[in-house]
Amino acid sequence: MHQEPWDPTRAAEIIAGLTHKEGPTLVILHALQEAFGHVPEAAEPMVAQALNLSRAEVHGVLTFYPDFRREPPGRHVLKLCRAEACQAAGGDALAARVENRLGVGFGATTADGAVTLEPTYCLGLCATAPAAMLDDRVIGRLDASRLDALMAEAQQ
Amino acid sequence: MSVRIFVPRDSGSLAVGADEVAAELNRVAHERDVALDLVRPGSRGLYWLEPMLEVETPAGRVAFGPTTVADVASILDAILSDGPHPLKLGLTEQIPWLKRQTRLTFVRCGIVDPRSIDDYRAHGGYKGLERALKLSSDAIIDDVVKSGLRGRGGAGFPTGTKWRTVAQAGRGQKYICCNADEGDSGTFADRMLMEGDPFMVIEGMTIAGIAVGATKGYIYIRSEYPHAVVAMNAAIEAARRTGYLGDNICHSTDSFDIEVRVGAGAYICGEETSMLESLEGKRGTVRAKPPLPAHKGLFGRPTVINNVLTFSAVPYILDGGAQAYADCGMGRSRGTKPIQLAGNVKHGGLFEVAFGITLGELIDDIGGGTLSGRPVRAVQVGGPLGAYFPRALFDTPFDYEAFAARSGMVGHGGVVVFDDTVDMAKQARFAMEFCAIESCGKCTPCRIGSTRGAETVDKIIAGDKPAANIAVLEDLCNTMKFGSLCALGGLAPIPVLSALTHFPEDFGLAPRRLQAAE
Repeated sequence: MHQEPWDPTRAAEIIAGLTHKEGPTLVILHALQEAFGHVPEAAEPMVAQALNLSRAEVHGVLTFYPDFRREPPGRHVLKLCRAEACQAAGGDALAARVENRLGVGFGATTADGAVTLEPTYCLGLCATAPAAMLDDRVIGRLDASRLDALMAEAQQ
Repeated sequence: MSVRIFVPRDSGSLAVGADEVAAELNRVAHERDVALDLVRPGSRGLYWLEPMLEVETPAGRVAFGPTTVADVASILDAILSDGPHPLKLGLTEQIPWLKRQTRLTFVRCGIVDPRSIDDYRAHGGYKGLERALKLSSDAIIDDVVKSGLRGRGGAGFPTGTKWRTVAQAGRGQKYICCNADEGDSGTFADRMLMEGDPFMVIEGMTIAGIAVGATKGYIYIRSEYPHAVVAMNAAIEAARRTGYLGDNICHSTDSFDIEVRVGAGAYICGEETSMLESLEGKRGTVRAKPPLPAHKGLFGRPTVINNVLTFSAVPYILDGGAQAYADCGMGRSRGTKPIQLAGNVKHGGLFEVAFGITLGELIDDIGGGTLSGRPVRAVQVGGPLGAYFPRALFDTPFDYEAFAARSGMVGHGGVVVFDDTVDMAKQARFAMEFCAIESCGKCTPCRIGSTRGAETVDKIIAGDKPAANIAVLEDLCNTMKFGSLCALGGLAPIPVLSALTHFPEDFGLAPRRLQAAE
């Protein structure tokens, strides 16, 4: 995934380009994360000032939503669906396998910085379950061997 | 002469290799000097056959599937020579699974090119809007009322009544919000429509805008659906370019525009008031009702909030279909319901049918039982907050009231099939755990009750005073049901109690006689 290093000037540009929208906080946070891979603490007062909000309000929004990261992710992000339809199709065993093989739990990044493993609750691929997402790519009908191939790709 | 071939771009198809099949098709066609007209529609919804490739013939489209990259060359040979192929399924429209359906909402999905507004119009698109532009606000709403359409998001509130309330809420800024935060596991109908027939969603929202006097619409799509976001944005751009969105739609005096907003991974934002908070840029916490969003919704203004499927049913109804729509269904559940078969099911996918079909027909007959080949033990209908039903309840017809009478719910129409390896105590625990993860935290019964519930299920599973702890769990469920601010805490007890009622042996209890059915 392409990410720029944190740059306050660039962040200020992104924020300024979106303040005209109605209720723009989430739109801005998404745009910052799209650019930098995460929303660092330094961004919070910038967003707050641009939108005439308190810093606490921005922090509250940022930490409410699971999508927003406050630390940079690994080079790849692997999301595995943990919801019922994927459970019915053997998802729990795959979840245990991925934690085991990568040596990290859900929500963590491998020590070498290669992969961030995240849970997701439904990708809408429930008729081709179990499902996962590697960066922007969707994958269905996962089994142990397809999962191993995905992990190998992510660890490169 | 060129060959017109369709390979879906639906994310369910992409997840099983549709892009690779399309790339190989381009490569082989180029190698053989075949003029290929490759179209990327949505999915027909027969997911066990995806990637399903179709070719246009004088008799209609002929399907092949499930295809892999290795099959592409031989399929192209079979197409060019009109010969046999092991993956040839015959005319798509004649596949029994598709032929048995009543497709009113999904009539174009998988057929049209979702990037082409001309294709949409060539297949009957925008006729509903064109008629609506000639009608008064009252006449549009009368049609929606007459159709009997109820909210397809899950709650089943009469759509016409909601629109009338917003229409009568005075002048000034009003909003149309399309709830595309389809978070329920086992559901994907909204995603399919946005990816496969996005103009229909736009048309439905536009008609709603004209009916109630709103000029601005938002569609709130969950971030887990990146392909739907791309498809909707592309369609909105195309609609603006051709005068179907923006000022003076189709040279009329009505104006309407739509903006896509993307969620950020919070399940609760599918709850309508939480979605409004999120659209306003705030934490997605639930609002107390009243005031209803129809009176004070987005930014405090009167707002129509409907699900993707609800808006998508509207173009057909406005194109003279109100009576035909009302003629489908049973009881107070009128029209068709796009049902999604998912999980451990042999023939999973999108099955749109008139209300009234039984759960057993869906699971055994249409779904073909489990994919694993083991017996079906439980099905969860209506998402993470829906009931788990055993085979004894498979005679339940798909109807809002019939499911409610058995302590279940139709919800958004997701049906997740489990085989006999499922541990229902574990599923009950997950329901509480999910509620704890996704609770917005505003009300105590949901925020605390869900965590205490998961702990109590753990104690029951561990054999720690099971009778006493089941009494605690039942009491806790009642507190959540009656004391929670919204449906998350209010309905989370449904899967828990249904698992306990119908599968007591999984909790270490003696099987008891079925009570919920009576």
